[in-house]
Amino acid sequence: MQVLGIFYYWVFAILLMIGFYAVVAKINLVKKLIGLSIFQSAVFLLYLTMGKVTGGTAPIYQDDAVNQLFSNPLPQVLILTAIVVGISTTALGLGIVVRIKEEYGSIEEQEIQEIDRR
Amino acid sequence: MTPLEFHLPALQVAAPMLLAPVVALLRPRGLAWAATLVASLMALAIAIGLTQGALSGESFSYAMGGWEPPYGIELHVDMFSALVLLIVTGASSIALMAGKASLDKAVEHSRQPLFYSAWLLVLSGLAGILVSADAFNIFVFMEISSLASYIVVAGGTDRRALPAVFKYLIMGTIGATFYLIGIGLIYMMTGTLNLADMELRIHDVADQRPILVAAGFITVGLALKAAVFPLHVWLPNAYTYAPHAVTAFLAACATKVSLYVLLRFDFVVFQQNLLGHEFQFAAFLMPLAVLAILAGSAVALFESNIKRLLAYSSVAQIGYILLGASLVSLAGLSASLLHMFNHALAKGTLFLAVMALAMRFTRLDLRHLAGSAQHMPWTMAAFVIAGLSLIGVPGTAGFISKWYLVSAALEAGPVGFFLIAVVVIGSLMAVVYIWRIIETAWFEPPTEAGEVIREAPVTMLAVVWLAALANIYFGLATDLPRELAAGAAASLLGQLP
Amino acid sequence: MSPETLILAALSIPLAGALLIGLTGRVSPNLREIVTLTTAGLLIFCVWSLLPFVYQGGRPGVQLAEVLPGIEIAFRVEPLGMMFAALASGLWLVNSIYSIGYMRGNNEKKQTRFYVMFAVSLGATMGIALAANLFTLFLFYEALTLSTYPLVSHKGDPATVKSARVYLGILISASIGLLLPAIIWTYSVAGTGDFTAGGILQGHVEGPAVGLLLGLFVFGAAKAAVMPVHRWLPAAMVAPTPVSALLHAVAVVKAGVFTITKVIVYVFGIDFLFSEPSSGWLFYAAAFTIVAASLVALRQQNLKRLLAYSTVAQLSYVVMAAAILKPLSEVGAAIHMLAHAFGKITLFFAAGAIYTASKKTELAQLRGIGRRMPITMTAFTIGALSMIGVPPTAGFVSKWYILAGAFQADNYVALATIIASTALNAAYFLPIVYMVWFEKDSTPPGKEHGEAPFAAVLALAITAALTIAFFVYSAPAYELEAQLVRELP
Repeated sequence: MQVLGIFYYWVFAILLMIGFYAVVAKINLVKKLIGLSIFQSAVFLLYLTMGKVTGGTAPIYQDDAVNQLFSNPLPQVLILTAIVVGISTTALGLGIVVRIKEEYGSIEEQEIQEIDRR
Repeated sequence: MTPLEFHLPALQVAAPMLLAPVVALLRPRGLAWAATLVASLMALAIAIGLTQGALSGESFSYAMGGWEPPYGIELHVDMFSALVLLIVTGASSIALMAGKASLDKAVEHSRQPLFYSAWLLVLSGLAGILVSADAFNIFVFMEISSLASYIVVAGGTDRRALPAVFKYLIMGTIGATFYLIGIGLIYMMTGTLNLADMELRIHDVADQRPILVAAGFITVGLALKAAVFPLHVWLPNAYTYAPHAVTAFLAACATKVSLYVLLRFDFVVFQQNLLGHEFQFAAFLMPLAVLAILAGSAVALFESNIKRLLAYSSVAQIGYILLGASLVSLAGLSASLLHMFNHALAKGTLFLAVMALAMRFTRLDLRHLAGSAQHMPWTMAAFVIAGLSLIGVPGTAGFISKWYLVSAALEAGPVGFFLIAVVVIGSLMAVVYIWRIIETAWFEPPTEAGEVIREAPVTMLAVVWLAALANIYFGLATDLPRELAAGAAASLLGQLP
Repeated sequence: MSPETLILAALSIPLAGALLIGLTGRVSPNLREIVTLTTAGLLIFCVWSLLPFVYQGGRPGVQLAEVLPGIEIAFRVEPLGMMFAALASGLWLVNSIYSIGYMRGNNEKKQTRFYVMFAVSLGATMGIALAANLFTLFLFYEALTLSTYPLVSHKGDPATVKSARVYLGILISASIGLLLPAIIWTYSVAGTGDFTAGGILQGHVEGPAVGLLLGLFVFGAAKAAVMPVHRWLPAAMVAPTPVSALLHAVAVVKAGVFTITKVIVYVFGIDFLFSEPSSGWLFYAAAFTIVAASLVALRQQNLKRLLAYSTVAQLSYVVMAAAILKPLSEVGAAIHMLAHAFGKITLFFAAGAIYTASKKTELAQLRGIGRRMPITMTAFTIGALSMIGVPPTAGFVSKWYILAGAFQADNYVALATIIASTALNAAYFLPIVYMVWFEKDSTPPGKEHGEAPFAAVLALAITAALTIAFFVYSAPAYELEAQLVRELP
């Protein structure tokens, strides 16, 4: 079954869309950020799956295992960096939401627009 | 090449980045600003050094940690990166020099070290994008610069900056993540992240669906970050409510760096390999460019806040840059790159003049600025010069790129005449929206009669005028940007006819 | 002094003057006026010192900067530009004398800005006259548009600002929208924009494209006010009269027809245009403008607006003469620029003098005014006769050459147009002349007035005398412009 055989891409695509939907459709700023995190996590999964080699083990160099099959370590390293970036983004985003709450007394997008219009 | 010259590409990024945490610790008043300015000027000096090298035909390639590319991380500087590096470091230095008084007003003293530290991170991130020859590194630097720029944009006292920055953050992150998906797909197919290596290896798998999808994700993601119409919605508010000096800095260079990556990817990686890429590129971006010019200018016509007016004008100007590139010809691309430089000059100066204006006028709506030129003639005279440059009046920098753009369009056959009409209409709309400001400031009687409003501080004014005169200088002595743009365009297009 | 130095001096003197006027304006108005007159005098000296070089066939030039490869800011004196520069600089001095009388007589505000911008405008005019290529010409053309805006909107009330916007809007949109593309087009096909005897476009464009390119040039140079881009000229009449007199009867409008003539002679080349049927429309457009503008002038009640429409018609004489595309007609075009300038500036001076002395602006108020202001109205009569083309005035001379050119080309439409427009000119000027001299004085009691201030009267007497003098002795101008034809291949 080709469609199911690449099920991990389906997981990636569905998670991506869930996250994207939340970012676009939710008016609560925190929910938007949650959506953004899901959106990013989907991409992390895409990277992790591409590094997987069937039957491969963790890529740790050992003297006694010269010809062992490894997973590709590079995507994991890359995604470690991307995760750090993602966390920083979320943290900064939440920080801004806190400041918005302080200044406007609300974290609903429409209410904030209302207040600004006044 | 001396050892110092050899390390220049790495220093370009490392110098501001290493100084950033140091600056965060500098408590005494004014010291953080001074240190930031020094770092920024240092970066400018390095950029000038790299430009000289690039002009004399050297292209800097630097293997980080001694790991040879394509396995290690490569830094690479050619004419294109040198051109944009000059814009970035120049804009940062000028904005810092002029902006001290304005930033003192906008940023609380206790937060200033952190603010300036973030400023340096923006600078270093943008420079990092420009010197990287590695797709993933570009992503990391892009995020460093973006995260830091969210901070500096929100660093002021205007609370409306906060929702604006939130929108900027959401859209910026989506754009960067799209880009990440794109390079992930390419990595899957080619197993490399080095741009030059990618160009070679992609050849075997070109026109397989993942590559096409990757091209789509990368183009859209970067277009989002570059505020290409209609993905520009984050830009006007972010520019309007940011501290004035930050606006001057970012408006001059931030979107251009994303355009740099976009052009680099499309012309270096995809152009040689994807069948009919130039056609798809043109068919996708040319309509957007035309729409950006017309819609951005049209909104600017009716905008009353002058910062937002200029921000919408930026949306239109990004359209001109794209328009040149979408012609996919040597002339068109040179025009596009030249316009990057000249628009940075004009728009940077305009925002600097607005900053000087804001020292004395708290509200930047047109009706509050009536007769402001009678109080601040020098500021508004600089504004006029930069405004003329934005319109593209001969004798100013803006004219040069418009000239190139129209010449390039003339070469493009029938569609060229349509594009010339668009450029002309866009310029005429620029005349109107700039003229609205000039007329209000110069020819209307002041609303609050009798009130004494002083001219902006002399130090600020001097820098604003330096920038304004640069607009005239580069309108008359065009060798430097022209050579850089033409060389960069030639190297981007490679073997294309 | 070498001619190169003189060229640079002619360009920089007005700007230096503007700076000094700005500085002295704060100190004392008298000093400021002395600076203005001195600057004008120096400019005349420099520009007229160039005349001998040109008479001897010299074409001195100087290059300032190369902006892009092949695109330079450069200046070169040739007969047409020499005449324009000499005319504008000469009349500036007369006009400055007049301005002093007018501005003081009317207690205008912001006089310093007025004199500063006037000097800047003259600097731009010199740049246009001496430009060696299309790019330089365009540079100063735009500078002239922008620097005259503060002069047009001088009064500053909403109605004036609205008119000034029309002025700026039409001139800027036409120049950026039409003239600039035409210039870029020329550079990109011919590889150069230098004004070269015999033209540069032959062999680079052909067929309908020639007509199109010519159209871009003609309507792009909206300062020439060929219909339908003439609306800015009546709108500009809100300016103080010295501005209307020097700029909107001499410098600005002549910059337009000068550009068109120069493009026809030095960019297209008259032989090339003559051989291209697609360029024929220009002649008819100009002829139409002459007749139509005269008809509109017939219906005007306001003196300055009438003069504006008369200017629109007279400018198209120049364009039409140039469009006949025969050597003699080009000479006629050049000489008409000169002749019209003397007559029209006199008329405007008179209109301004009337306004200063009595605040009268409408035709109906002018009954019998000749007895109150005999000198002014004598000058006005001379100007009006020159517009009609009656000897012994300057207008007769230039019409003579234009007609000679028309016969050279067997162009009887031109003949008919000139006859019709002469009749129309007479129809709107002669009633005024009759009215001011022979009808009963309509000045309401208690608003008695005499002549305008001395400076104003002096200036208009000088220009009226010039109008007559040019009829008697026009040989130098002919000599100069004949070179224009002689240097053609």
